[in-house]
Formats: sequence, structure tokens, C-alpha cells
Amino acid sequence: MIQLITPSRALIGFLLALSLVPLFAAQFTVTLVNYIGLYALVALGLVLLTGIGGLTSFGQAAFVGLGAYATAYLTTRHGMSPWGTLIVGMVITTAVSLALGFITLRLSGHFLPLGTIAWGISLYFLFGNLEALGGHGGIDGIPPVDLFGLELGSGRAFFYVIWATLLAAIVTTQNMLNSREGRAMRCLRSMTMTEAMGINTLWYRMVLFMIAAQFACVSGWLYAHLQRFVNPTPFSLGHGIEYLFMAVLGGAAAVWGAVFGATAVTFLKEWLQDVLPKLLGVAGNFEMVVFGLLTIIVLHRARDGIWPILMRVFGNLVPQREQANTVEPALPLPRRDVPPCGGEVLKVIKVTKRFGGLVANNAMNLSVRAGEVMALIGPNGAGKSTLFNCISGVNPPTDGEIRFMGQRIDALSSREIAKRGMSRTFQHVRLNQDMTVLENAAIGAHLRGRKNFVQSAWRLDREEERRLLWEASHQLQRCGLGEHLFDVAGSLPLGKQRIVEIARALCSDPTLLLLDEPAAGLRHLEKKALGELLARLRSEGMAILLVEHDMDFVMGLADRVVVMEFGEHLAEGLPQEIQTNPKVLEAYLGGVDA
Amino acid sequence: MDSSVALVLAQDGITNGAIYALLSLALVLVFAVTRVIFIPQGEFVAYGALSMAAINAGFLPPTMWLVVTLGIAVAIVDSVAALREEAAARLPMIIFKNAVLPILALVVVRYLPLKSLAYPLQVAIALAFVVPLGPQIYRLAFQPVAEATVLLLLIVSVAVHFVLVGLGLYFFGAEGGRTPAFTDGGITLGATYIQFQTLWIVGIAAALIAGLALFFERSIYGKALRATAINRTGARLMGISADLAGKLCFTLAALVGAFSGILIAPITTIYYDTGFLIGLKGFVGAIIGGLASYPLAAAGAILVGLLESYSSFYASAYKEVIVFTLIIPVLLWQSLTKHHVEDEDEH
Amino acid sequence: MKPTLLETTDLCVNYGRVEAIHKVSIRIREGEIVTVIGPNGAGKTTLLSALMGLLPARGDVKYQGSATRGTTAVDALVGRGLVLVPEKRELFGTMSVADNLLLGAFARHRRGARDHAKTMAEVFEIFPRLAQRKEQQAGTLSGGERQMLAMGRALMAKPTLLMLDEPSLGLAPLIVKEIFRIVVQLKSMGVSVLLVEQNARAALQVADYGYVLENGGVAVENDAKILINDPRVIESYLGLGGSHSIAA
Repeated sequence: MIQLITPSRALIGFLLALSLVPLFAAQFTVTLVNYIGLYALVALGLVLLTGIGGLTSFGQAAFVGLGAYATAYLTTRHGMSPWGTLIVGMVITTAVSLALGFITLRLSGHFLPLGTIAWGISLYFLFGNLEALGGHGGIDGIPPVDLFGLELGSGRAFFYVIWATLLAAIVTTQNMLNSREGRAMRCLRSMTMTEAMGINTLWYRMVLFMIAAQFACVSGWLYAHLQRFVNPTPFSLGHGIEYLFMAVLGGAAAVWGAVFGATAVTFLKEWLQDVLPKLLGVAGNFEMVVFGLLTIIVLHRARDGIWPILMRVFGNLVPQREQANTVEPALPLPRRDVPPCGGEVLKVIKVTKRFGGLVANNAMNLSVRAGEVMALIGPNGAGKSTLFNCISGVNPPTDGEIRFMGQRIDALSSREIAKRGMSRTFQHVRLNQDMTVLENAAIGAHLRGRKNFVQSAWRLDREEERRLLWEASHQLQRCGLGEHLFDVAGSLPLGKQRIVEIARALCSDPTLLLLDEPAAGLRHLEKKALGELLARLRSEGMAILLVEHDMDFVMGLADRVVVMEFGEHLAEGLPQEIQTNPKVLEAYLGGVDA
Repeated sequence: MDSSVALVLAQDGITNGAIYALLSLALVLVFAVTRVIFIPQGEFVAYGALSMAAINAGFLPPTMWLVVTLGIAVAIVDSVAALREEAAARLPMIIFKNAVLPILALVVVRYLPLKSLAYPLQVAIALAFVVPLGPQIYRLAFQPVAEATVLLLLIVSVAVHFVLVGLGLYFFGAEGGRTPAFTDGGITLGATYIQFQTLWIVGIAAALIAGLALFFERSIYGKALRATAINRTGARLMGISADLAGKLCFTLAALVGAFSGILIAPITTIYYDTGFLIGLKGFVGAIIGGLASYPLAAAGAILVGLLESYSSFYASAYKEVIVFTLIIPVLLWQSLTKHHVEDEDEH
Repeated sequence: MKPTLLETTDLCVNYGRVEAIHKVSIRIREGEIVTVIGPNGAGKTTLLSALMGLLPARGDVKYQGSATRGTTAVDALVGRGLVLVPEKRELFGTMSVADNLLLGAFARHRRGARDHAKTMAEVFEIFPRLAQRKEQQAGTLSGGERQMLAMGRALMAKPTLLMLDEPSLGLAPLIVKEIFRIVVQLKSMGVSVLLVEQNARAALQVADYGYVLENGGVAVENDAKILINDPRVIESYLGLGGSHSIAA
């Protein structure tokens, strides 16, 4: 059967219909669609901030205001060209958003929305009270935009500018999200893991906030030149909230959710304002009531917004676009120098970790050499994962010294430690469940790329991107996950997800690999394959420290074993020695009359 | 500015600050227990004040139909849930508590000579038809998504705010309301004249705060709410259900909000949409307390009141700007003194 | 034979997309200590969470003869005397020991009980150490004291069936010994106990009956006295001599 509707045809159809709007539609419709474009641009920023970064801002309307007032003031009072004011507006927005971001983004998630409420209200009142900005009366007489000598005075002409801007924003956003930088952004919710891969999460949160602010600022600039007049009203906190509604109701996880959300909310409000007074026979703010109720109902039924539901319905009607299923070969990435075999890579000296009155690790000693597998075993609750967190900087020790490649690292952040060539997996799998296996693995190679988000938005990162993905696919192949490259990570059984974590760690080209229960949940053959992989890595000179409960696995693989109990060093030796050590037997099987 | 003006401003600031303090405590409580950033807090202030004004003028409390409607809705939702759990025995109690009781109250109030009732009775009636909205809203809007992210709860919170403001216009009209003072007159204290109402406000706010403190320190329900805020799973395992805790703290928040409204109605004209800004100023206080510390939140709220009062004298146009930018240095200070970003996937 | 207190039939629990518990059938009789042992990741904690109504499960769970259901019913189950002491203890860290204990009685308080002072005195008799630490914040206690507080708090609910998840976790031998002595004492006081443990030998020494859980299913079950000498139990823990003997 020939498919009449495919996703790409649907998109082309949409664009075609859109381009016809200014030619044939009524003035009212053109205005409405213009506004939808402006709103969608702001909502797109919120999709990045909220859906991707897990952050929220109520203050986007204030950024819109910033862009609008910057151009209004500078063009009317100082005769600047609109193109110049656009740049000025964006520079101011960058400064403000970085400052606000610096203040609020280090705090836990809910401080950003609260901070932006304050900022939104303050700026709104400032617009209304500054004489220079015309007070509540606003500024009029803003000149139209001049594009290559073509004056875009009418709403119909400006329509193309607005929608071209929005589409360009969508395309660049999608480009950015499908890159090294975008992958880091998509993992921001899982802070611990992301930092342990060497990614500066604070910086990426600031970048997201800044991009969202820029989109809002550009929307404001467009608004000012569409309306040719600004006053404080459209930049109030209430409008800031409305933008957030568009993003969340539309579906904050998808770029197109912003466009859909902006469209749906705009039409719905228009329609409610029209229909409710007739229906109820009384004037009032009933559209607010109905709008609020609808929002609550939608969020109760669809926490991810409406767009994903639409996609599911649509996806059932037409087959999805053919997935990418090959990785282009590329040059291998440069590698780190491997330390000489047998050289000491990690030394843990008298490390103690306390939580309140609880001593989780007490004066632990441990060393790992290049080209050996060191196993750390002990009963549940003995403090093995705590020690792992101390070593990898996720939760630094209270006391003691940790040396990695001869340098002290116990006071360093997990990000710094990752840069020095230590990589780890987690006991509780920390993958982005919605990204593909390949993308998840590529997170590990983050530090081996250099291109920034601007370069990736404009596709100037393709060569590096190919090399990163090639490396990720290579490591996944090695780990036996070659057939799962393009599967969504969450669809894999837990055991295989652990292997993805190993591949991700390998992508960073580590000197020392920390594995927290890598064999848990694996079948017999998979365990065997994992054992072979680790043995091969060892022969390549890698140092491996692993925590594991499967004794067959440990005893068959490890060169040396350290046993922990009650946070302390209980025994150390060759696997055979440990297996017959009475103290160890006692620790494992326990007993009341010990 | 001479000292008498300064004292008048201080008096104003402390009066408003006391109200903000009450609100900020309620906001901290609601957030700590349910993770809801309770934007509609301000609407309870407006509803309380305007209901009081209506009753005082001899009208029926306009929110009574809303209480009855939501009560019936809660009864239906709870009954369906009970039937699903095969606990039909609970139905009569559910229906009585949620639907029949509000209707009975409505019938009783209809036959009361509202205008000539004693002031405290009028207050009680106003509260009786505003406070139940708190737990009702929790049950209908928040309980079904109690486990969702803070962001989603925040959006629902804003949606509830929209609904309540819209309904507020319908119930109370666009004109503001004002009520007579609890006690007319005042006393001259040195260089300043202090209205009795000011004393009432500060006194009752202090008493309410003390009462809340006692509730949290002494009563098992208060401790249960604290426990829920500290460790949700632990509380759940002790039989403190999240639903119960949520309803309880929404009731407290509604009570605090409505009572605050009744307190300030004699000194400020309250409109159906005034509550939002008042509530937000409570938020500034709560943020100063890091959304966690009650005493700091209360102190922060008093600071907000004072700042507002003095800035309205010096730079009245920038009053709101000054009050709300206060958040920025506070947040800066907090971000420099503590590093705390939670990992969402750990929960 | 004593009457059955709790019984599961073909209980299955999914954790995310993975089935963590598959067709587990266990039975606890009144006044018994039943232990569920097994290596890490066998699904022991998941089993308890499902019994407590914290995780949705398929299959039947009957407590005191009637079915339990739904995730909303945790407080109802606590009210019926089914109380869990979780692996992570889940104490109220910034509240005093006394307040932690008092909140253990919350479910009974809601049902009208007001004898909390007396119950607390009984708990202090069992755990004298808690009486000494009464005013101290729970977060400042040592590991052993935390476990005692968690158990004491659960006892404030006057449980019929007390479920203990790894009470020996991370504790020194002397304290483990103390904890297990108390478990036996509870039995003599008429409390039935479902004991989930990694410390197999200690658990089997105090239990009447035992289940060995492996890979989400019951691998072996028998009287505790018999299991304690079963070589397969030891093998499954230390991997001595060929594995998979239990699963097979």
C-alpha cells in the first residue's frame, strides 16, 4: 500500500498551508497566526528549559519585554536601526540571564521559578514606572523592519519574518539537541551521573536558561516591530505564566509541543472569550475559570502534555520515519597515555566517611594497579558503594587521602576526577531512559569533544560528531550491544542497561574503571561475555576496581580481592585465599553466636 | 522624614508584615509537606475578606455554593475510590461528611439574621464557607497528581489560582470590600497614634503563629505533618497517609489565608484579585526562610512589610520593584552559602 | 497447626519494566518467625514493599483472611497491624527519638487509642538504650541505635505481623546478636515476624520456617532447622563449588 501521509509529507503540508495564510486568510486570522508564532518562539525556549533541562521560569514575559522595550526605546529615542537594537537586546538578555542563572541555578530546582517570578514582577513594574520608557502609556511610533530595502510594515508581510524566525529556531534547536552538547543537556536531570562523566551541569543549565531568554527576547523584538507600539501589559507575570502553560500543555519534552501548545492555548482562549459570555449570559472572567479547569483536567490525564498523545495516535495511523540504523565510520578519537602495567593507579589511604553518627567507612585502605582487576566484596551494607562514591568524588570522604595517578583527588569534584581518567558505573542504573543506547554511550565521550552549542546548532560539528558516535558504537560493539545501538535505553532489560553503563564509561577512555555490581541481573552467558571483556581490558593495561556480589564471577576474574565489613578492611588476598578465609565466611553467613 | 512619620511607617510595615508572616508560614508548610508551591494562597485572603464583607452587609456568604458543589464532587470521587477498594461500608460517612454537611450548613445560614449577628459569629461563618475549599481543592486538584514533579504541581497550582480568581470576580464583583474595624479608635502612645485594629492584627497574628508552633511541637497531628515533610516514606509506613497530610495542611493554609483576609479587611480595601500580590509577598518571606525555616520565613515577611512601607514613602512608584528584587540578594546569599541541587532520578 | 496470618499466592511484582518477583507463594502462621533469605538482588525488599502495598503487585495477598489491595491502603494495613521496618530505616532525622516513637502510634491514635505513654514505656523496656537517648535527634544516632529506633517505632503500632527488612544490615556482631535476641523476645510476646535477611545463618537460627529467594522466585523452602544445614544455602552465598545448584 502506498502511504499517503508520512511525517515528512505532513511537515511539508503544514509549511505549505502556513505560507498561504497571509495571502488568503482574513486579517484577523493573520494576526492570530502571527501571535501564535511569537508565542511559540517563547514556548520553544521553555521546552528547552523545562522539558530538556527540568527547570522552569515564570519570567519569560519579562525577557520578551526586554527585547521589545530595548528596540522600542533605541529606535524611537536614539534612531537606531532595528537590526542594531536586536543585537543590543540580545546582549542585555545574555547578561541578565547569566546573572540570574548564576544566582538561582546553583540552588535546588524550585528557586529558579520563584526567582523569575520576582524578576518578572520587578521588570513589569519598572516598565510601567520609568519615565524614559513612557510609563504605563508605553512607547509608540516604532519604525517597521527594513529587510534588504523591503519595508515590512504590514502584518501580512511580517508574517513571513516571524515564522521564518520560529522555524529557524526550531531547526537549530533540533540540531543542537542532536549533538554532544544536546546529549549533555538532555541528561541534566541526572546530576550525579552527568557530573561523573565530566560534564559541568551548572554551565549547561545556564546555557539553557540563556537560550530560552534569547528566544523570548527575539520574540519581543518581533512583537515590537509587528505592533509598532509597546506598553507594559503583555510583559506581566500573568503572561509569563501563560507561556509556561503553552509549553507544559503542548508537551514540554518535544520541540513541536511548543508550537502546538501556543496554537492550542491561543485558539482556546480566543474561542472561550467569544463563546462563554454568550453561553452564560453574564460577563466575567469565565474564560479564566474554564481555562484553569481544562488545564487541571489535561494534566491529570496527560502529565507530559498533549503532543505525545497526538504523536501516538498519529504514529498508529502512519509508520514512523525509517530510523537511522547505521553509524558512519570515522577516524578514531585520540587516546590517553596508558600507564605502565603494574604501576599503581589508585591508592586509598585511611579513608573515613561519616554520615551524622554513622561511620560508613572507617580508615579504609586499598590500591589498584594498572592491568589488574581488583574486586571489592563484602556483605550488604558494608560500605562498598560509599567507598566508590568517595573515590569517584560523588560524595567525598570525611577524612583520609585518595591518590589517583600519583595526585591527591580526595578534595576534587567528580567532574575533575573524571577529567583525569577515572570513569564509573552506578549500582542503580543511571541512563537517560528515553535516549538511544548509542546516545547514552556517547555521553561518556563528552570530554573528548570540543565543539560548543552554537557550532552544533549550525551543524559545524559534524566531523567531531561522527567520531564521537563512531567511538560510542565501537565500545558498544565491544560490550556485545551492537544490535541495540538504536534501541531506547529504557527498553533494555536491567542487566543490559548495566552493560550500557560500562560502554559509556569506556567511551571516556579511562585509566581506571570503577564498576558497581556489573554482573547483577545478567544471564549466565552474558556474565561469561562480560568476564571476557573485562579480562581483555585488563590485558590492554586498564585498571579495574569492581564491587560484585556474584562470587563465581568475582573469583574467576579478580587478581586480588579486598573484603569489607562494617566499613572496615577485613581481609585482602588472592581469590583462593579469600574463599577459605574463616573470617570472610563468617562475615558472609553471619550467625548469632559469633 | 521625622520620627513620627517613621513610626507610622513602622506601624504600617509591621502590620502588613504580620500578615505576610502568617502567609509565609502557610506556604512553607504546604511546600514542605506536599511539594506544592501554593500560588492560590492569596485567593483565600481575598475570599476571607470579601466573604466577611458580604456577611457583614447581611448577604449570604457567596462561596457557599462553591463549597457545596466541590463537596459533592469530593463525595463522588471518594465514593468511586471506595467502591474500587471494595469498601462500600465507608460510603455513608463519605457522603455525609462531604456533601450533606455543607448543605446542612447552607440551610442553617440561610435562616440566620446575618447582619445582626455578633462580629465573632460573622467571622466564624465566613471561615466556615471559605476554609473547606482548602481540603476540597487538595482532594480534587492535587491528590490525583500528588506524586508528580514539583513543576507539574506548580502548574496545577497556577491553574487553580486562575479558577479561583475568575470565580472571585463572579462571587464578589469588581468592587472592593472593606469591613468595620474589630474595635474602633486607638490609643496614643508617645508620639504615635496606634489604631486598635493594628493591635488586633499584630496580636492575633502572633497568637496564630504561636498556636501553629504549639500545634507542630505538641500535637501528634502537627508532628505527623513535620514527619511527612522530613521523610515521606517513613511517614507513610507509620500510617500517616499523604492524602491525610495534604488535606490537613491545605486546611491550615486556607484557614491562615482566610483569617488574614478578615484581619486586614478593616484597614485595606480588598478586591477579588488583590490576594495574588499579597500572597507573593508572603512568598518573598518564605524564600528568605529558604522554603524550610519557619522563624526565618516569619522574620523575612516582617522585613518585607517594613521595606514595603518605607519604600512606599520614599519611592512609591518603585515599591513593588524594591520588594520583589529583595529576593535576588537573598537567593544570591543562599546560593553562595549552600550547594544543594537534588537529583531528580534518586527519588 | 496454627492459623495462617498472611499468605501470598503466585505474587508477581514488576519493578519498572522488569519482573522482580515471579510467582512467589509464602505463608506466615500466627506466632511464627518466618525468614526470607537470599543473595543481594534476589527480590527480598521488593517482596516486602509489595506486601506493604508500596508497590503494585499481581496475584493474591491475604492478610488475616481478607485480601489486601491497591497502593492507597498502606495506612489501612498499618491500622490492621501489618508494620514494616524498612531496610533504610526511614527515620525522622531532625525529630527527637521520643517523637519518632510517638509517630509510630499514629495509626492507633487515629483509631482512638490514647495509651501512647504506656506503649512507649514498654518499648523502652525492650530497648533501654532508646530511653537514654529520648531527647536526642534521630539523625545523630549510631547505626545500631537507628535500627533499634526503627523497630521501637514499629512496635508503637502494636503490630500483629512485624516485617523486618535486613535488620542486621551494616551492624556489628554484638548489635546483630542483640537485635536477633529481641526478635525472639517479640515472638514470645505474641508478635509474628517476617524476617528478610542476608545474614542467613543468624536468621535461620531464630526462625521457625525459611524461604530462600533467588532471582525473584522461591528456590528452596523448609523448616529453618533443616535449611540451616542445607549445603545449597551456603553455596548460593559464597559461590563455592559450581553455582546454580539452587536455581536448578
